[in-house]
Amino acid sequence: MGVFPRRRLAAVALVAATALLTTAGCGGDEPAEGGPVTLTVDVFGQMGYQELYQEYMAAHPDVKIVERGTGGNLDEYSPKLTQWLAAGKGAGDVVAIEEGLLVEYKANPQNFVNLLDHGAAELKGNFLDWKWNQALTADGKQLIGLGTDVGGMAMCYRSDLFAKAGLPTQRDEVSKLWPTWQDYVATGEKFKAANTGAAFLDSATNIFNTIVLQTAGNAQGYHYYDTANNLVVDSNPAVRQAWDTTMDILDSGLSGKYGSWSEEWVSAFKQAKFATIACPAWMTGVIEGNAGPAAKGKWDIAQVPGNGGNWGGSFLAVPKQSKHQAEAIELAKFLTSAKGQIGAFKAKGPLPSNPQALDDPAIVDSKNAYFSDAPVGKIFAAGAKSLKPVYMGPKNQAVRTEVENAVRTVDLGQRSPEQAWTDAVNNAKKAAAK
Amino acid sequence: MAVQLDALPPVTPTERSTARPPRRYRLSRLDDKYSPYLYIAPFFLLFGVFGAYPLAYTFWVSLHDWDLLAAEHPFVGGENYTRLLADPDFWHSVVNTLGIFVISTVPQLFAALWLASLLNRRLRARTTWRMAVLVPNVTSTAAVAIVFGVLFGRQFGMINWLLDLVGVDAIDWKSNRFASWVAISAMVDWRWTGYNALIFLAAMQAIPRDLYESAAIDGASRARQFWKITVPLLKPTIIFAVIVSTIGGLQLFTEPRMFHSGTNPIRGGPLRESQTMTMYMFENAFAPHYNFGYGSAVAWLLFALIAIVAAINVVILRRLGGTDGPTRVRRPRKERTR
Repeated sequence: MGVFPRRRLAAVALVAATALLTTAGCGGDEPAEGGPVTLTVDVFGQMGYQELYQEYMAAHPDVKIVERGTGGNLDEYSPKLTQWLAAGKGAGDVVAIEEGLLVEYKANPQNFVNLLDHGAAELKGNFLDWKWNQALTADGKQLIGLGTDVGGMAMCYRSDLFAKAGLPTQRDEVSKLWPTWQDYVATGEKFKAANTGAAFLDSATNIFNTIVLQTAGNAQGYHYYDTANNLVVDSNPAVRQAWDTTMDILDSGLSGKYGSWSEEWVSAFKQAKFATIACPAWMTGVIEGNAGPAAKGKWDIAQVPGNGGNWGGSFLAVPKQSKHQAEAIELAKFLTSAKGQIGAFKAKGPLPSNPQALDDPAIVDSKNAYFSDAPVGKIFAAGAKSLKPVYMGPKNQAVRTEVENAVRTVDLGQRSPEQAWTDAVNNAKKAAAK
Repeated sequence: MAVQLDALPPVTPTERSTARPPRRYRLSRLDDKYSPYLYIAPFFLLFGVFGAYPLAYTFWVSLHDWDLLAAEHPFVGGENYTRLLADPDFWHSVVNTLGIFVISTVPQLFAALWLASLLNRRLRARTTWRMAVLVPNVTSTAAVAIVFGVLFGRQFGMINWLLDLVGVDAIDWKSNRFASWVAISAMVDWRWTGYNALIFLAAMQAIPRDLYESAAIDGASRARQFWKITVPLLKPTIIFAVIVSTIGGLQLFTEPRMFHSGTNPIRGGPLRESQTMTMYMFENAFAPHYNFGYGSAVAWLLFALIAIVAAINVVILRRLGGTDGPTRVRRPRKERTR
């Protein structure tokens, strides 16, 4: 019919052909039969896997590994991961899950491969007991992840700022400055009196989280939720005790008010605007990344005030949507093996959750050059096996967000400690009900 | 939107002369009759897939207790809506949204009008100026928001440094409610004033010159000409700009979201100082609540709010312009998107 001149027909054909080709191109990432398999690993922060990938790829020439999200913020990573899981598409073949979020993913285990079906049971001895149990569903029938690291606690400090304030700079002497949090506040007051132009600590939220996990770990072993999943923010003495200690710190004007993980926080690292920061093992990699090479040798690590504690630590899981589950499981097993955990520790500092790795001379004798050759192995690994984990309930993340925000409002002078406590309790209840 | 801005009479295919033999032209007549529908079909198809369906589906989701990850989503009827209407954080976000909308849109449209009238004069390198006002619009919103986020930093920000130079105390732009509204409005205006100015300029150029000439002969000043000739004749364009700004302003997300960094930026500050409705929707539908049903209910109320505010806008503008119907002026068709 004359409606379509030949030229137009040709154009239509061309468009159609292009469309077809493009669609075909989209399917191009599917490997050809027997060809190399590309495994995507989704991480946040610094997991320290780059060299391990190289090693794994050298041993498995048919596997190519791509890591996404390196250096990213957990707050941006977790919603993305949840969306991918909900959509049934988009997640990597191996995904990192932080312990605070694990509970929510564990409530819907159908999204993940049951690692017990893939010979994970025999690996149980490779993990600290509580770390293994954390990833196990309530009925004990599904294991959704293999543990990577635990967050043994320390206190990182800038020795140059300590020197300027006339405080001791040797890590052993610094540790002796603060056996308790009250001593930490007293040291902070001395530091503040010296007018170095820097704050004593970064902001209220990190220190609060450290104290609450430590206090709860040393007491009943739970903080916002009890082990029967009742919200106990207002009735748990451990939470209130941590709150009061944090308020003492704020009351003494020691905080720099740099909201943790914000751009100002990163700038404050670069400009040496605070002297101490609560330092779970994984934080060492974050400090190095934020403060940059210029601050090498200016940071050091001392004991945390109070007694031990665990903050954070992650797991590697394989989503059911992965097209290469078998290969992904193998990779996850390799990365969480003693060897993988030692490699990660050496690269970026996350402390192994593998008891054999914790005893390994490679960990025990390791020093961190960035932190003035601090014996990180001794500092972190020593307490790791006796770590007292804290139980996390179903809406842990949402509740923690509310409580931390309340702490922050006091830090910024928007609320009095008592008003903020009321906010924390009420908002936590509201968040838990959502 | 129920507002018809420039309704033109629909073009009906005209019947060809019946003197021609019908058989030969049957195809052609079918073509005449149906192909117009075919031509507009792509829009409706796309709208159906990407507009109407998500709208309806969102409503369906909003009637359920829809945990994003859960396998089952029980039906709860209007419960999400009743809870939402009694949720102070939601109303807080509504006030934030309206506040930011007002303090960004009102000065923005006046500035755009003023810029357009400047650009409409005889200027040297006129095209350069006209292109220049659009440049902020071409930059990525996220980049703008990050740069402004740094400029408005409490401790290291340039704005506070400048304020310090003139002896004003540092303002905590991110955790002071009104200050954060101002900072975000500055971002929005920086980006959209030039765009609106170009739209107004295009409409101004369609105003016949002789109106101004005769007004000048009658001794009307420039300002009087502007208010008595330009503004009334721009009314349809102004309505268009206001409605589009309303839609954009009430859906504001990227600017306030990127303005905050650190933990939980989606809250828009520790006390939700600049959390807009879309951010509240996001907070509920995604991290940390993953309550898709509740988030969907927020989306629907946002839709209702936009419709209400747009209707109010139109009523006010109708009143302002006296009794004449809007004069038809050519307007750009490009949709403003954020």
